[in-house]
Amino acid sequence: MVDVRLQDLPRAAIEEVAGRSLWADARHRFLRNKAAVSSVIILALITVACFAGPHLGLRPQDDVNYDMMPAAPPDFAAGYFFGSDSNGRDLFVRTLYGGQVSLTVAVVATFVSLVIGVIWGALSGFIGGRIDGAMMRIVDILYSIPFIFFVIMLTVVFGRYIVLIYFAIGSVSWLDMARIVRGQTLSLKRKEFIEAAHASGVSTWNIVLRHIIPNCLGPVVVYVTLTIPNVILTESFLSFLGMGVQEPQSSWGTLVSEGATVMESAPWMLLPGIVLAVTLLCLNFVGDGMRDALDPKDR
Amino acid sequence: MLHYFLKRLAGAIPTLFIIITVSFFLIHAAPGGPFDTERHMTKEIEANLKRAYHLDESVPQQFLRYLVGLAHGDFGPSFQSKDYTVAELIEGGFPTSLMLGSLAMLLALVAGLSAGIIAAFRQNTGVDYSVMGMSMIGIAVPNFVMAPILTLVFGLWLSVVPVGGWEWANVILPVIALALPQVAAIARLTRGSMLEVLRSNYVRTARAKGLPSRITVMRHAIRAAIIPVVSYLGPAVANIITGSVVIEKIFSIPGIGRYFVQGALNRDYTLVMGVTIFYGVIIILCNLASDLLYGLLDPKVRYD
Repeated sequence: MVDVRLQDLPRAAIEEVAGRSLWADARHRFLRNKAAVSSVIILALITVACFAGPHLGLRPQDDVNYDMMPAAPPDFAAGYFFGSDSNGRDLFVRTLYGGQVSLTVAVVATFVSLVIGVIWGALSGFIGGRIDGAMMRIVDILYSIPFIFFVIMLTVVFGRYIVLIYFAIGSVSWLDMARIVRGQTLSLKRKEFIEAAHASGVSTWNIVLRHIIPNCLGPVVVYVTLTIPNVILTESFLSFLGMGVQEPQSSWGTLVSEGATVMESAPWMLLPGIVLAVTLLCLNFVGDGMRDALDPKDR
Repeated sequence: MLHYFLKRLAGAIPTLFIIITVSFFLIHAAPGGPFDTERHMTKEIEANLKRAYHLDESVPQQFLRYLVGLAHGDFGPSFQSKDYTVAELIEGGFPTSLMLGSLAMLLALVAGLSAGIIAAFRQNTGVDYSVMGMSMIGIAVPNFVMAPILTLVFGLWLSVVPVGGWEWANVILPVIALALPQVAAIARLTRGSMLEVLRSNYVRTARAKGLPSRITVMRHAIRAAIIPVVSYLGPAVANIITGSVVIEKIFSIPGIGRYFVQGALNRDYTLVMGVTIFYGVIIILCNLASDLLYGLLDPKVRYD
């Protein structure tokens, strides 16, 4: 990857002096990563299908078909692409609705963890000293807590309000983010180029805007893409245990849980699990691609 | 070293206290109580029940009572499983959970390390790509999806392992399902650090002075390459404990994880607290062990 650009360098240096920005470089590297690009396409398709699909004349998710009861295998002629579940409901439609829940969790919970993590980490790094020590000690303590037990308890407490469960998941996944942001802020504060900017009279505001934020953003974006699959996983884990989304709503976790009980007679009911796995796989590929693109020295 | 160990052990006390406090107030904040039933209970019976379990006291009072009990090693009685104390329930389930967890950990280490080392040696070949592809799948596919699929394929279609019952052969699938994500994570870590170590100067020197590559790897490279894996051991144990909650449910294994879910749903306060504290202690100890081991392997680490 690197040697190609080295060969191009002399000509590029003569013709065009204006260097490429971090983001242009990153985009270039990302677009070369075939696994990551195809994952983005697959994820886009899944997202569009989940949110737009149900409006395209499919049957409603609670539509019970007595001819397809109990669980019937996929029947393309009748429009049951994933077959039906034990109550004769269209499993494909249920998977799409479940996807809406799972993908919404991904956005909400990741956003919560992003906000808490960035604020905590940046404050800790900027203030420094004793407060920094105390704030990081808290993160250390939280690290050694069996998190899933707390999420389960939070779920029990907030059981009736599904949105609060999203927040609960987000509120326990910010620790790594806080560490990353703190580390970045700490090391950036003392970098020569920041000092140089100070010396050449750039205002503090411009330094933060032009140098500190862009340099923090790379690792943050990488970490956000890696948080999303974890959050989806946690939600489906809870739903699988019967603690997340309740009937008639579904999430991928509840569908897998239903499928697991009847897989002997109706193996197609594990198809939502495959969709979940494909989504998580793609998200991981995108996350890895982002890391390679934005943080090449990490490799 | 001893000083460091004692210091870390003392540092674990506030952590443990926070775990106890937060989980106590959280579970008591959950709507409903342990004695809510479908059947209607007369006021007197309800009041007697509550008094017997000290639920008529204020929450801070109950908290103090619980702390005093804990200090005496008493986890209290289970609110749901009558005639059992929480300690008895944990004692009953732990051997099973421990066996499951340690087998999974062992498998994760053996398979993960060897896969990672092999992939590093065959970097950018078919072997490397397939190991990395498999480990991506292992990381991405949740174990509650993997477990039913494994049962379906190996239990029902191929009939290599028994599906029902609980004997030694029934352990195979749960252990594999539990270990797979960790195998994958360890393989990725090992491959990454092995690649770095293999390019380092001292490995080149060892090769240059004529040491066979097998001995170079066994004596020099592996020791340095497993350091990141050692520091991953703490999180790995936590992940296996988390995973065991669903795996025990899927395979109906009589371990502790199952109790926790039941307890949380039934508001069995003491059981939920007991399991959380118990696993909290295990995770704290494993993190400590992995830090100590880390220092043993990496001479650059100084304890202070």
